[in-house]
Amino acid sequence: MPPVGPLPVSAADAPLYANRVRVYPKAVQGPVRRFKWAVLIACLTIYYLLPWLRWNRGVTQPNQAVLLDIAHERFWFFGLEFWPQDIYYLTGLLIMGAVALFLVTSLFGRVWCGYACPQTVWTDLFMWVERLIEGDRNERMKRDAAPIRFDTAWRKAAKHIVWVGIAFWTGGAWIMYYVDAPTVTVQFWTGRASSEVYLFTGLFTATTYLLAGWAREQVCTYMCPWPRFQSAMLDEQSLTVTYQAWRGEPRTRGKRAPAAGGDCVDCGACVNVCPTGIDIRDGIQMECIGCGLCIDACNHVMAKTGRPGWLITWDTLADQAAKAAGKHAPFKLFRPRTIIYLSALGIAASIMVVALALRPGIGLSVLHDRAPLFVRLPDGGLRNGYTVKIVNKAAVPKTFELAVQGLTGAVLAEADEGIGAAPLLKLPVDADNVGTFRVLVTGPSAASVDGSQPIEFLLRDTATGEQTVYQSVFMGPVAGRR
Amino acid sequence: MPTKIEKDSISGQLTTGHEWDGIKELNRPLPKWWVYIFVATVIWSGVYFVLYPSIPGISGYFHGLLGYSTRDTVEADVAAVVKQRSVYMDRIAALPYDAIRRDRQLLAVAETAGRIVFADNCQPCHGAGGGGSPGFPALAAGNWLWGGKLADIETSIVFGIRGGHDNARQSAMPRFGVDAMLKPDEIQAVADHVMVLYGKSTVGSPAGAKIFAENCVACHGDAGQGNREVGGPRLASRTHLNADDRATVVGQIANPRMGVMPHWNTRLDQATIKSLTLYVHALGGGE
Repeated sequence: MPPVGPLPVSAADAPLYANRVRVYPKAVQGPVRRFKWAVLIACLTIYYLLPWLRWNRGVTQPNQAVLLDIAHERFWFFGLEFWPQDIYYLTGLLIMGAVALFLVTSLFGRVWCGYACPQTVWTDLFMWVERLIEGDRNERMKRDAAPIRFDTAWRKAAKHIVWVGIAFWTGGAWIMYYVDAPTVTVQFWTGRASSEVYLFTGLFTATTYLLAGWAREQVCTYMCPWPRFQSAMLDEQSLTVTYQAWRGEPRTRGKRAPAAGGDCVDCGACVNVCPTGIDIRDGIQMECIGCGLCIDACNHVMAKTGRPGWLITWDTLADQAAKAAGKHAPFKLFRPRTIIYLSALGIAASIMVVALALRPGIGLSVLHDRAPLFVRLPDGGLRNGYTVKIVNKAAVPKTFELAVQGLTGAVLAEADEGIGAAPLLKLPVDADNVGTFRVLVTGPSAASVDGSQPIEFLLRDTATGEQTVYQSVFMGPVAGRR
Repeated sequence: MPTKIEKDSISGQLTTGHEWDGIKELNRPLPKWWVYIFVATVIWSGVYFVLYPSIPGISGYFHGLLGYSTRDTVEADVAAVVKQRSVYMDRIAALPYDAIRRDRQLLAVAETAGRIVFADNCQPCHGAGGGGSPGFPALAAGNWLWGGKLADIETSIVFGIRGGHDNARQSAMPRFGVDAMLKPDEIQAVADHVMVLYGKSTVGSPAGAKIFAENCVACHGDAGQGNREVGGPRLASRTHLNADDRATVVGQIANPRMGVMPHWNTRLDQATIKSLTLYVHALGGGE
């Protein structure tokens, strides 16, 4: 039996699962932190209060400024009204959002992640609550390490109660974007809201509580795809949170003279304040959300030890390389990448604005009957049936004129309500509604059609004269098989 | 053979203390979370067994403490749907046709109900969208046997045609050939005349026209325009109940085929029949 020795261990053999290292971010003060508070307050204010903003649209329409009314298939955005057919505006908005994110990232790094992303905003808010109740980093670490006592227990309980409260407020505000805010608030507390309202409020309460309270930086590191492909947007010209290694290294502990080494005193302040628990001095990392709190922390230490500030700063890789060599590479706002992103953004925005401005107020769609394709009449004529849908986006009832082009002697009739028969149908459609009509088109003689022949339905708004055309076909027997 | 529990040098795990021919077994218990879930499912199954129908018997089964039954659920669901629909269906049953057609929302409900009922009950014979097929009337063409007004259509649906109901629409064409009422050459002559009425021939037959005038005009009209009082088909037309070739015409004179339609008043309720009537009327032939 050959001797069995330990098998060689490589990186590939290392376990795939790693336990989470708890992060205890320390409080920090400074200009970066103040800016981050300002963004946080702005984002939360908009989120919580926007549903309460009113917008007068007359008595028949909802008066909420921003409302995604799924039940009535309308999206209200201040003065604009969108129908389900306008879904491509959402596509355009998503394209613009993506390109804008690319542009900002290529210029200033992950500022979205660090300041405006909901995960960051709510995590920051929850951390603030935690700090208020449980104390700062050292206090929390001491409590968590010690056995649980009453002091620890009530603080933990209070923290979770406040967290759930904020999460509930957040989940409730989410619902208000879909149903009228004052109405649903009253209904919610009197138990008359629909089960969907309670369900989704509960769902978003739970996700907010879990993601901002418990998951935190793990969402950014493991769940979010953005950190994984951000490297495609970043280059050596992007401003990122950077530790200036050429200035800081070699690190010198304590208050020794700067001449003895680099400016970094290896105090660990930058690590302690990091919400994702990384060391910025290791260079640009996937976990770094670019919030720049380490900049504030380091500036304090630099001031205290009498060294110049901004050892950690926003800078480009190119400038860092130049500075290490004693030169300076200025930040380039315009470079091929940003020009491409800018023009893509400009094109998408112009198309959106033009499309929105030229949006038609009427719409027509015609569906030819599938069976029977055509009907032979006793006098030898042919008749085709169509389902005609007329969209009236106006707030008043309208009458539309429907006619057919491309079929000589065509006579139209609306079968459901008994309108016609006439060469020109007058069809009434209610305000802000879609009228569905069963229209029968009668051709004078079977001889005029062989198989199928293209025709056009012409719709005219009698009040405004606005017209639209829909291509369809008129069908009949194939010649020789009659 | 039990030996002592030791730490494995490669994996760092403890062994079970069992060794066979030099092979030691590592002690890798199931993860705790897995075991807890397993225990929870066992408990859950016991609770489920007691609460829900579980144990089969010879002539029945144990209903469970909750008395749950999928059949009851379906019945409740159906009753709920009927109740929900009754908002509209009660009004359709109560209102006259004119009033229904003026109420656009009610009309849309009736048309939809009619379309579904038509597809379930009428489509096998009358074709999708009322296109018809040889021997079965095309409802969309307007070539009505018994009339195309709403009231006519409703009567046909309610009582049927030759379907055995006391009030069913009745009519029968004599079997001119089988019962030797006409001689074969006379039948051929009438067929010649009918082909002229069909518009498929210009060579008529004076003898045939005379026989037609003597035997057929009572039901088919003197110009072949048909007679809706007795359900006599219109012959002066380009569309027909049966195929329009001469052989079919001869066969139809000699030994006529006549269709049967069941009466629907015992199968469909009044609101459904009215919905169906509106739908058929709107197929294209309504008068």
